Amino acid sequence: MILSIGLAVGFLAVMTLFLALLLVFAERRILNYGPCTLDINDGKKTLVVNGGSTLLSSLANNDIFIPSACGGRGSCAYCKVQVFEGGGMIGPVEEPYLSPEDIKENVRLSCQVKVRQDIKLAIPEELFLAKRFRGKLLHKRNLTYDIVELRIALIEPESIEFVAGQYIQLESPEYAGRDAVMRAYSISSVPSDDRHVEVIIRKVPEGICTTWVFEHLKENQEVFLSGPFGEFQLTDTKAPAVFLAGGSGMAPIWSILREMRERGDNRKAFYFFSGRNQDDLFFTKELFALEKELPNFKYVPCLTREDANSNWQGERGRIPAVLPKYIPDAKPFEAYLCGSSSLIDACVDALRQHGIQEPNIYYDKFE
Amino acid sequence: MEDAANLTGLAPVMLIFISAAFTDNILLTRFLGMCSVLGVSKKVDTSLGLGAAVIFVTTCTSGLNYLVYRYLLVPLELEYLRLIVFIVVIAAFVQFVEMVVERISEGLYNALGIFLPLITVNCAILGVSLFMLGTPYNFLQTLAYGAGAGAGWALAIGIIGGIREKINEQALPRGLAGPGITLIIIGIMSLAFVGFSGMIRI
Ligand SMILES: Cc1cc2nc3c(=O)[nH]c(=O)nc-3n(C[C@H](O)[C@H](O)[C@H](O)COP(=O)(O)OP(=O)(O)OC[C@H]3O[C@@H](n4cnc5c(N)ncnc54)[C@H](O)[C@@H]3O)c2cc1C
Ligand code: FES
Repeated sequence: MILSIGLAVGFLAVMTLFLALLLVFAERRILNYGPCTLDINDGKKTLVVNGGSTLLSSLANNDIFIPSACGGRGSCAYCKVQVFEGGGMIGPVEEPYLSPEDIKENVRLSCQVKVRQDIKLAIPEELFLAKRFRGKLLHKRNLTYDIVELRIALIEPESIEFVAGQYIQLESPEYAGRDAVMRAYSISSVPSDDRHVEVIIRKVPEGICTTWVFEHLKENQEVFLSGPFGEFQLTDTKAPAVFLAGGSGMAPIWSILREMRERGDNRKAFYFFSGRNQDDLFFTKELFALEKELPNFKYVPCLTREDANSNWQGERGRIPAVLPKYIPDAKPFEAYLCGSSSLIDACVDALRQHGIQEPNIYYDKFE
Repeated sequence: MEDAANLTGLAPVMLIFISAAFTDNILLTRFLGMCSVLGVSKKVDTSLGLGAAVIFVTTCTSGLNYLVYRYLLVPLELEYLRLIVFIVVIAAFVQFVEMVVERISEGLYNALGIFLPLITVNCAILGVSLFMLGTPYNFLQTLAYGAGAGAGWALAIGIIGGIREKINEQALPRGLAGPGITLIIIGIMSLAFVGFSGMIRI
């Protein structure tokens, strides 16, 4: 009895050990591609990595973080990069995510490209500066009934260098059967406060990341984010500026305005903020206070559904309707828009009708 | 009706192959390997890709497992370990093949490689190895049996893929789309395959 049990266990152990060793050995021999060179952006940076893993993880191991929301499973298509040489054929997992233009421009999903030989690739310049941060949520505060502000202290690395207007990607872990994802949120804090990141998040019904933020994320909890990304920022011309936003579109503009105050940038500036009624407004006191510190700045909250009998003294109506009253000729202005695409599209139309030059319109659509 | 095992030469090998593919279709009469069918049978070309990978793996693993059983388990009187040993052998083999395919041909890897991990846990593969034990086949016949069973499975998933491509799933009641309609298709097809039963006895 003991003997046969021993024999069975021994046999299984020997057998699995043998097969496992065989596989390990085979992996060493067969899948050893040796060192491969990654040539990024025409020699701007070259990395020597050990072949065999994906391009996404090889880059991440060298501190270049390509956005990825699905963790490399090939289902989010965030991780697109251009691969000119050495990427091999487009695999069946990638194919559905690549448009004909993508294919013409050699775009690939970096999580699906394996490093098997020297590779020449191109990534957006800004990704060189992006890092992945571990931080701690210091506080979560309600700004309105559906918007919260998060203040995150950075732990590792402990400071971030960014330009007001840029965004980070917040990681929400798996919870209640929903996938781990990454979502973009504009930074609302100022660059000089470089040990913290603040974001302003609006609840999206059933949204994966926002539901996590509103219902699961607790103060003092560890959070992960990467960044900074994006090109939305104030130009360094002295041209008058018009800011337009709604809801959480406040975030990057709140950062830009406070940065202007720090620099004493007293260019002529208007800020139109759209809401349905007074419940949608936040930072109102602070923004009107800013008018005193920046004499050429004017804050114009516009309410579309405010009760006609309320005590509201400000503008009633949509931004495109209110705008001409303040800016009859938009020609010299630069415009910065942030928020939902319907708001942005409507406002861009209005600005165009009032003579703004197309290249002077900058926006970040939040979807 | 012929009794295949009593014949000699190549004829029984052919017969075993055909009977394993049609009479004894592993998917449609034994209902093994359903999970991959439900998951992957949306299109003909992916169905056939998976089918080809299954043919290859059933053939090789039935052969390997035959050898392991005959020359290791039987002499050591450890036949009762067959289930677990077969699983380990299949898993290791699939891993190994995946590596080799990845190294030697990218085209082949893109066509078959992504299906290989799916196969490790495909019960049809294990089923073939276990059913083989109940037969009096020699090594060559076992390979034919494995190849036939794989081919039968590939044929079935190919047909199912074809049918599903033609079906407009949007037009189905919501609860039926996907796995629901696939199970119904499989049911009807297995009725059709009843027609083959009794043609060859093995
Ligand atoms: C550059 C950039 C900057 C951004 N900055 C901010 C920011 O500062 N503050 C902020 O709150 N959000 C911002 N967003 C939007 C944010 O990244 C997420 O899209 C949003 O929070 C929803 O994520 P989720 O995971 O909760 O929802 P998901 O699970 O992705 O979506 C759930 C459902 O809601 C829809 N949906 C997605 N986004 C929106 C939306 N914005 N409004 C309405 N419906 C939507 C989806 O189509 C889907 O049907 C920004 C987006 C971009 C691209
Ligand atoms: S990381 Fe999501 S598709 Fe590549």
